[in-house]
Amino acid sequence: MARSTSKDAQALFNSLRSAYSATPTSFKIIDLYVGFAVFTALIQVVYMAIVGSFPFNSFLSGVLSCVGTAVLAVCLRIQVNKENKEFKDLPPERAFADFVLCNLVLHLVIMNFLG
Amino acid sequence: MLARTEPINGTAKPKPVSSPMNNFKSDLLNSFSLKSLKLKTKQQELLIRVSILCLVYVLAFITRLFSVLRYESMIHEFDPYFNYRTTLFLTQKGFYDFWNWFDSESWYPLGRIIGGTLYPGLMVTAAIIYWTLRFLRFAVHIREVCVLTAPFFASNTTIVAYFFGKEIWDSGAGLVAAALIAICPGYISRSVAGSYDNEGVAIFALLWTFYLFVKAVNTGSLAWALASAFGYFYMVSAWGGYVFIINLIPLYVMVLLITGRYSLRLYVAYNCMYVLGMLLAMQIRFVGFQHVQSGEHMAAMGVFFLMQVFYFLDWVKYLLNDAKLFQVFLRITVTFTVGVGAIALGVGTASGYISPWTGRFYSLLDPTYAKDHIPIIASVSEHQPTAWSSFMFDFHILLFLFPAGLYFCFKRLSDATIFIVMYGLTSMYFAGVMVRLILVATPAVCLISAIAVSATIKNLTLLLRAKNKVAQTASAKGIGSAKSSSKGLLDQSQPFHRNGAIALLLGAFYLLSKYAMHCTWVTSEAYSSPSIVLAARGAHGNRVIFDDYREAYFWLRQNTPPDAKVMSWWDYGYQITAMGNRTVIVDNNTWNNTHIATVGCAMSSYEDEAYEIMRSLDVDYVLVVFGGVTGYSSDDINKFLWMVRIGGGVFPVIKEPDYLVNGEYRVDKGASPKMLNCLMYDRARGVEIGNKDVKLEYLEEAFTTSNWIVRIYKVKPPNNRW
Repeated sequence: MARSTSKDAQALFNSLRSAYSATPTSFKIIDLYVGFAVFTALIQVVYMAIVGSFPFNSFLSGVLSCVGTAVLAVCLRIQVNKENKEFKDLPPERAFADFVLCNLVLHLVIMNFLG
Repeated sequence: MLARTEPINGTAKPKPVSSPMNNFKSDLLNSFSLKSLKLKTKQQELLIRVSILCLVYVLAFITRLFSVLRYESMIHEFDPYFNYRTTLFLTQKGFYDFWNWFDSESWYPLGRIIGGTLYPGLMVTAAIIYWTLRFLRFAVHIREVCVLTAPFFASNTTIVAYFFGKEIWDSGAGLVAAALIAICPGYISRSVAGSYDNEGVAIFALLWTFYLFVKAVNTGSLAWALASAFGYFYMVSAWGGYVFIINLIPLYVMVLLITGRYSLRLYVAYNCMYVLGMLLAMQIRFVGFQHVQSGEHMAAMGVFFLMQVFYFLDWVKYLLNDAKLFQVFLRITVTFTVGVGAIALGVGTASGYISPWTGRFYSLLDPTYAKDHIPIIASVSEHQPTAWSSFMFDFHILLFLFPAGLYFCFKRLSDATIFIVMYGLTSMYFAGVMVRLILVATPAVCLISAIAVSATIKNLTLLLRAKNKVAQTASAKGIGSAKSSSKGLLDQSQPFHRNGAIALLLGAFYLLSKYAMHCTWVTSEAYSSPSIVLAARGAHGNRVIFDDYREAYFWLRQNTPPDAKVMSWWDYGYQITAMGNRTVIVDNNTWNNTHIATVGCAMSSYEDEAYEIMRSLDVDYVLVVFGGVTGYSSDDINKFLWMVRIGGGVFPVIKEPDYLVNGEYRVDKGASPKMLNCLMYDRARGVEIGNKDVKLEYLEEAFTTSNWIVRIYKVKPPNNRW
């Protein structure tokens, strides 16, 4: 059971790798950005675990800004991907403009919340 | 004739407009010279729709003005006086002083951080309207703006209801929804002119947020999701009931996920709304960090993580393109995620980091909780479970149109109709638990009933139009051929169907007109009295106005030293600070149970014990409400048992059975001895019944209003001792 699971896992891993390398470069850039944001959030959480959470609003605003930009970038990726049937008619410029607007609002609120 | 009554009752009729319908009413239209304007059909429809909406807008506003016309333009009830006082402060001192305000005039000697313990939405809205009007050089007083804020927002709610109905079903349903919600008593009860309370603005914000979110889910656009996040922010700033939104929307997302309607539009809409909405909501100091710490908000966070999992799984499935491998992946990830999620939740709740549901909301799930544990919540009459008569009173025909509308929604299931069904069902459950929440259920009931009305009338008029067409072609073919068997059969069945349709349409017309009459009657009789001014019929049938409350407060304002402190039951606290401008001990905010219990203890003890308590609180005046002379039933003696219960909750000295005789509550000569001698009895009823010769040692009477309703006593300073 374990042997078959590990063999399955390896096959899984290989097929994932090959499929992922086929995605266009622009999406890979967005994925890199998302990964960076999540990584930053993780660093902040670890830091908070070490030094305590005294200005809690600052901690929250830092973590939520990372999470927020990650989520918004994923939304952008969804809306720009031509293979998603639901967003076929959405021009990519409109998707990007929405992305910029939401990020603007997000960071304005974060700056107010940082304290 | 038809066109004139359309806007009020038959708003559903003019929807399916095309040439047969025009022929039907061509003589009428000619008389109103629409045809002579040579408008196309689409423009005619637009004109009809816009005029209906305008009329509904005006109707919603003017039906709430009964008390302004009968009495005067003033603020009603108790809570609105606090809101009025804070709005006054905001317009006089500016936003920063308002946001950081510490009030030492209430809850003496503790004071109250007003800036951090209120929902600023209502005050800021009224202040913005006031500043806009001032900028346009209209010299209005802030009180007028406050009085008329609620009807103005009720009118706006009808417009939002129209767009929401259009989103869920079609524009006809939207028009009917707007008309229904304009006059529905459930909504009017909390939004008459003068009821300057959070709900007046909050219901608008609620419907607005829901509409924007449903629009975002339908279109999958980030811009609409951002708008719904702002709508949510407005709701959070306006009312504590925002918890309903932050729980209903995740529940809705869960239902969609379970029924297999996961889509990328849903992902975009919910995520953007949740992250931005949560951040914006935390800017309100009263809410603070509750979105990440309180148990009531955890559902939203849980669904947020669930959405990420769904998206990730979906993406991997798309990448792999192979079912078997995907099964393996699914097995590994799902067990991992569920395990981690359960551990995190368990650790959070057990360690106390995630606080459990607070009393006020917990009593919604378990209605008997408040009665046993938190007497203050149980004593508010609006928090009692709802009786059937209240439902009928507030909803009338909508009560049976609601299940009909549910049927139609289930016939045409889509993301939007699932939402309105869930909103309707959850809000009806909560409306059954607490009377006050009928208000939250009203928009849902109106929308679903509108769907029922609109769909039914549409089907009926389709029936009418089809029969009309066939009848015309039959008559064109000549009368002779009508005698043939097939035609004969058709002709025989047609009039029956047609008559049935006409009868049903007339029936619907009658029902809707009855609804309108009922709503107007209810508004005029039940919901338009400012409870601060009482009216009654005198001996000769003339109307007598009791303005005692305001008389007492103005006496306080003019005849007592500015730093005098007044003790009364918490119902009157807001009014005393707003109109009397004196410091009070406890007021309607009820945030400190012990303080209120102290007052309760003082009111229900013997005079000398009460005197000690009053000295310790620096009380100068005591205000009580007495109904003996006028037969006013909601005076302090009626509320007395609550004082005992709340006082007994903190000070075990006060025991409820001491005040009852054989388990009954009596105030006449047969009352229990403790009752006869306690402070409240002396103050309120001492003159007529029971203890006839009441001698007051430590208090002296300072003022009694002209109808003996409010009595103010001065606390005598201690005797000089050496």
